[in-house]
This record gives sequence, C-alpha cells and structure tokens, in this order.
Amino acid sequence: MAYPAAYRYTKEHEWIQIDGTTGTVGITDYAQDSLGDIVFVDLPKVGDAVEGGKTFGSVESVKAVSDLFAPASGTVTAINEALKDKPELINTDANTTWLIKITLANAQQTDGLLTAAEYEKFISEETGH
Amino acid sequence: MVDFGGWDMPVDCCGLIAEHMAVRTGVGVFDVSHMGDIQFRGPGSLAAVQKLCINDASKLQVGQAQYSAMLYPNGTFVDDVVVHKLSDNDYLIVINAGTREKDVAWVRQVIGGMPGVHMNDYSDFYTQLAIQGPRAAETLQKLTSTDLSAIRNYWFTWGQVCGLPNVMIARTGYTGEDGFEIYIPSDEATSARVWNEVLEAGKEFGILPCGLGARNTLRLEAGMALYGHEISDTINVFEAGLGRYAKLDKGDFVGRDALVKIQADGGPRRKLVGLEMVERGIGRDGYPVFSLDGKRIGEITSGSPSPFLKKNIAMAYVPVEFGALDSEVAVEIRGQMVKARVVALPFYKRPKKST
Repeated sequence: MAYPAAYRYTKEHEWIQIDGTTGTVGITDYAQDSLGDIVFVDLPKVGDAVEGGKTFGSVESVKAVSDLFAPASGTVTAINEALKDKPELINTDANTTWLIKITLANAQQTDGLLTAAEYEKFISEETGH
Repeated sequence: MVDFGGWDMPVDCCGLIAEHMAVRTGVGVFDVSHMGDIQFRGPGSLAAVQKLCINDASKLQVGQAQYSAMLYPNGTFVDDVVVHKLSDNDYLIVINAGTREKDVAWVRQVIGGMPGVHMNDYSDFYTQLAIQGPRAAETLQKLTSTDLSAIRNYWFTWGQVCGLPNVMIARTGYTGEDGFEIYIPSDEATSARVWNEVLEAGKEFGILPCGLGARNTLRLEAGMALYGHEISDTINVFEAGLGRYAKLDKGDFVGRDALVKIQADGGPRRKLVGLEMVERGIGRDGYPVFSLDGKRIGEITSGSPSPFLKKNIAMAYVPVEFGALDSEVAVEIRGQMVKARVVALPFYKRPKKST
C-alpha cells in the first residue's frame, strides 16, 4: 500500500491534500482494506462547517459503520457525488477517491497531522507488521 | 479474525460480497466446526429428544433431519437445533457454538433420570464443513463415491469422503442454497487436507472460503434466525414465526404448556417481520424502529445490506398491529428517522431446480 508523500494523514486513517486554502479529503488504503466492501457513504452538504478532529460523516461496509474525522477545520465546498451510487470506488482506489473538498479555516494547517512516513509507521505499529 | 463464542474465526477470507455471491451463484465453503454435537444413545433416546425439542422426532426416518428448538418452560428459546435420526436408538443434535455449554447443561438437567438414554457431547470430535451453493453437489461429488443426488433436502447418509470412511454427509445448511455439511474427524491434518481438497474440487466453479460475515448476510437474506438476535430466552416460538415447528399434539415437551397458554390468550403480541429500507440508509442490529407518528415500537434484530438483492434489509420485532405487509415504519439511524417497509420473509428464496 502506497501512501502519497504529498498528503498528510490522521490517526483515524483519513488523508488530506492541501493546495493553498483548499483541502481535499479521503480515507486511506489501510482504512478501505480494513472496512471491506464499502456500500454507503454519508457526507455533509456543501456549505457545512467541519471541525478538525470531529466527525463529518460516516462510511459503511456491509458489516460495520465507521465515523469519518475531519483532518482540519473548514467549510465544505464540494462533495464527491459519484459515491452515492458507487461507494465501492473508495475500495478500488482510496488514494484518488476524494470524499469532500473544504476551504481551510487556517491555510496550510498541518498541526497534528502525520506525514506519509509517520502514518506508515503508525499503522505498522497498530497491526504489528 | 474475531472471537465468536470463544472461537477464533475469520470475518471474511476474500471479501464479504465476493464470498456471498460465490455461494449464491457457484459454491462456497465454511468451517463450521464451532457448532456443537450432542448425541443421544439408547432405547430411551427418542423419548429424550421428544421431551427436549419442539418438533416431532417420531416422524423422522433413519437418515432424516429436522429443524427444531429447545425451550424453557416459559416457551422461550434455549437454542435452535437440527435433530438427526442416526438409528432408532441414536440421535444427533447439532447446536450453536455460542450456546454450547449452556445447551449441554440444559440437556443434562432435562433428561437426567430419564431411563435408557445416555448423552454425550461429541462437539470436539468433529470438524464440520459446509459446502453451499448451486454447484455444491458437483463440487462434493468429486470427493465421494456416494451418489449425492439420492440425498434429499434435510436428509443425510454416511459415505467415503476424501478417502475417509463413514463420513456423515447431510444435505443441510444455513445459507438458503442447496448444499451439504460433512462431519469429519477433527484432527488438524485431516481437517486441513479435506479443506484443501474441497477448495481444489470447487475451483472450476469459483469456490471461495467463506467467513462469518458472508455467513450472516446469507442467512439474513434467507430469513433464518440467529440465536441472540431473532431467538433468545426472551422470545417465544410464536413471536419468532416458528410455530409450525412446534408440534403441540405430539405429546408433552418442555415449554409446551406455555405455548398452549399463549395460543389460548390470543397469540403473540409482537411478531418478527422483514423490513426493507425505503429511504437511503442501512438499518443495523439494535437500531430502534418507530411508527411513522413517532412512537418507538421495536428494534432491529439483524440488519445489513443484502449483497445479492442489493437492498438494505432487516428483521425486527414489532407489535402485531404494525406487522402487515407494506406497512411503513421508520428506523432511527444515528439520530435520523429513515423510512422502511414491511416485506415478506424470507427476503430470498433460491430458484427451483427445473428437472
């Protein structure tokens, strides 16, 4: 599983790609693999506020519901409509299947986020391989 | 891997949906060795089974099995079981893993002192594999000289399987598909060898090893009960919709008096219904069910996306007045009321074989 170096990561297995004041958010390959077949995604609406570290929606596999935690605070500017009918796109390519885009409350905020290397180390400790 | 009643079991091996679809369209294999096996021997065996279980075991022929249940005196469930008649003096009762110790203790208590019957817990002697799906017979036929086409649904026989003599081959299962359960010696070497031979035999049909996740979605689609969910010690036979298995006129059995009284009092006040989510959302185990005017009326016993039907389905207990087909109710999903509709059980019935 590759974790793009340009992204930053949370311990709840979300990634964020920051480009100026825009943050694009998804879940990691590790998350989609742990969840199994994703069948449902519950996302906020455009215009909603999200708060760093707090839940902004949920993703469901056949067997479980998993909360989504916002990597940073901001306002939702776009949601990935394709996931309404094809949530399994996340399983196919978690690294490029985005969930929401936000305008960041604090531009370039990366406090508390992990680099790709730190995230990989974190999950290897969690899983023991 | 997860802990299931003290057993270390896989949730899935290759992906839940793929495993589920393999069973519905080809063949899948499950290791269900965690199930328990209680055997009664002696001339008093039938009397013991008849006292313990609700169905009429006297109707069984040698080589025949029946779905049944053990009840508490108040008519609620100790466990659901499958009773197999091995001979006039020999019955095998297959019980759930999660309730094994409780069931064994219960059986000892109920039949203690009954003449001519001896009970043994053979659970650890057997590895039990379930081979399920429309191609299950073709798969297993490669591994046995026993003519599987001669075994009718819910019948069993003994034959050589993978070179092992006297293996019990039963046309039973928990998936709603045609299939077999085989009982082989439980030593690791034998179990591993047979497992691998089954996988090899089923390769051309797309066989997948299946875990607990697919086991649950398959039995849910088929409307089959799971102990602790649709049946438990707080639910009676009629509420669960299993009254047809309780043969009240066969003679006395534990719980019979309670069932007779429930019927005399006008029947159960609540019933198990099937639900299909109408609005977007997945109603899961334990989610509350409300009437459309906001009154809490029950809760979901088992709920999940249905991989084959591609809908979100659930079973729930509701008061009988809310149980009419097409009634609309609401399921509370993380604070939101999401509409669902009462539908007939089972959700899925396998296509009839055209002969």
